[in-house]
Amino acid sequence: MTSWYEATARQRIAGLLDPDTFAEILRPEDRITSPHLRELGAPAAFDDGVVVGRGLLAGRPVLVAAQEGAFMGGAVGEVHGAKITGLLERAMDERPAAVLLLLETGGVRLHEANAGLIAVSEIMRAILAVRAAQIPVIVLNGGRYGVFGGMGIAASLCDAIVMSEEGRLGLSGPEVIETTMGVEEFDASDRALVWRTVGGKNRYILGEAATLVSDDIAEFRAAAAVLVDAALPLDLPEVEAEHAMLRERLERFSDIGDAQEIWARLGIASPETLPILDSDTFLRVTEGKAVRRKGDAA
Amino acid sequence: MERLSYEFPGGNPIPTANSAVLIGVLGSGNLEVLVESASLGGACRIEIETAAFGFGRIWEAVLTDIFDQWRVGDVRISINDAGATPAVVSLRLNQALQAFAGKKP
Amino acid sequence: MTIEDVLKQLFPLGHDVSFSEALVAGTGRTEEGDVAVIGTRDRAEIGIDLAFRMADEVLRVVRAHPGRPILLPVDTAGQKMSRRDETLCLNAYIAHLAKCLGVARRSGHRIIGLVYAEAVSAGFLSTCLLADACYALPGAQVRVMNLSAMARVTKIPLERLESLSNTSAVFAPGVANYVAMGAVRDIWNGDLAEHLLAALREQGDPQTDRRRVDGEARGGRLLARSVAERARFDAA
Repeated sequence: MTSWYEATARQRIAGLLDPDTFAEILRPEDRITSPHLRELGAPAAFDDGVVVGRGLLAGRPVLVAAQEGAFMGGAVGEVHGAKITGLLERAMDERPAAVLLLLETGGVRLHEANAGLIAVSEIMRAILAVRAAQIPVIVLNGGRYGVFGGMGIAASLCDAIVMSEEGRLGLSGPEVIETTMGVEEFDASDRALVWRTVGGKNRYILGEAATLVSDDIAEFRAAAAVLVDAALPLDLPEVEAEHAMLRERLERFSDIGDAQEIWARLGIASPETLPILDSDTFLRVTEGKAVRRKGDAA
Repeated sequence: MERLSYEFPGGNPIPTANSAVLIGVLGSGNLEVLVESASLGGACRIEIETAAFGFGRIWEAVLTDIFDQWRVGDVRISINDAGATPAVVSLRLNQALQAFAGKKP
Repeated sequence: MTIEDVLKQLFPLGHDVSFSEALVAGTGRTEEGDVAVIGTRDRAEIGIDLAFRMADEVLRVVRAHPGRPILLPVDTAGQKMSRRDETLCLNAYIAHLAKCLGVARRSGHRIIGLVYAEAVSAGFLSTCLLADACYALPGAQVRVMNLSAMARVTKIPLERLESLSNTSAVFAPGVANYVAMGAVRDIWNGDLAEHLLAALREQGDPQTDRRRVDGEARGGRLLARSVAERARFDAA
């Protein structure tokens, strides 16, 4: 077993795709780096923290972008964002079986905040365009920094999100909420609270993660292989269905204080034990109770 | 940020067919090392961008040590450093050169 | 300028836009026909409830008035920071709003953003940055974070950030920077109704995004276009 959580972006790509099939676009030796970081006196990574390219997954052609969380928390700057946007747009020319986004990011890179914010909106537009072209966009989320900020929004625009329990998905990270609103709003040092709020299990139960896997690159690979070649339409009936789902969530859970109350109201037995269950047991216990969407694996 | 540059002459040229290699990540306490072929008249050039100031002599000692082991020429090594210890620097350089040259020193 | 004044100047032929807490919604009349108005006021914090109600309005317009242009006038302090909203997946609610706007664009609704007061971070991202074209009023403010907070987080001295912000558009708050970077098409000085009509008459294409081309031409964002192009067209 190889941990997704511990791996670098390049190690994740190597373990995810068929061996020796990955070809990188804009390689490190091209030195497409961020001039804005240098201007502020910070070293700039050769790939600006994101690796993009193409390869094969179980024999099917895919385009891949992988963010490196260790470099500035995977934050999106001008170059970093443009690499992802360009890769997504490439899908409209090449028509791969899927675009795989291996996300790990705190969101916008503050050193180039305006450029980063606009870049995230360009990624969002590109995701919508690729989906409109009936090419699936799949997010893999299981890294140390989770997926937050504008990229949390971008992730939820995609066809499907594969998450591990260790993966996290949200808009404002717990630390940001604690710093802004106070520790009584969100105690970011309470690890158990953080995981059950923004972690993979709660996201799976709500129907926001399509698949929950263990922290193993092989499991991410198997989950992604199931999702390629199956684009979900992004049309009026589809957003109407999502609208109904989100309305129901608002109506049923508007007054909740903690994720555990959601799990209890969904009729999941012993909800307090969910955080400690391994993913197979968790999936068994929540079967028929967790919210599922059209196209989600059972 | 500090920029440092070193050149070690007299190495054995590595075939230019070898494709570039990147090892490590530019994360806190770590560094990334990019190794490429370059026509440098047999020299090995090492360029560093580091977040830490004032460690030039330590870099020189570590790099001299690495060059003495490997004696590679016509090689350009580029390093982005976020405060790695000398031990981590040696480890990454050895990994990178091994991947690039396809053999141990 | 207050939202009441903005609407009055935008729609001299009249409007029935009403307010419900932070939500602004209704219809304005113009020489180019009716325009749906869906926006926010009072430095709205966008949480799951508001994002859902905005999406609800977008879908209502798409169903009832196919092709009707949608104007998004916003005043937002950004996303709501709340544990409850994060527990229920605020990013998914905002993504849903984005999908609704995306479906509307693709089914022929022209979408125009207008920052009339303030637009911060995800509040901007979830509204005007998804429009066919985004405009701003002269006094508008756009930012991710103010410089002092940025200095704290990045550990870069405030004086350094302040002096660099005189020469670089990439990080400092200010609507002019967003114009230079191509995210804001133009500042609406003078007759708002005329500006709106001109914006309504323009054609949009939901499959292309010209903002990085504008950003490069205006000198505010010099890499985004060329790097995206290389990622799209370079040999792998």
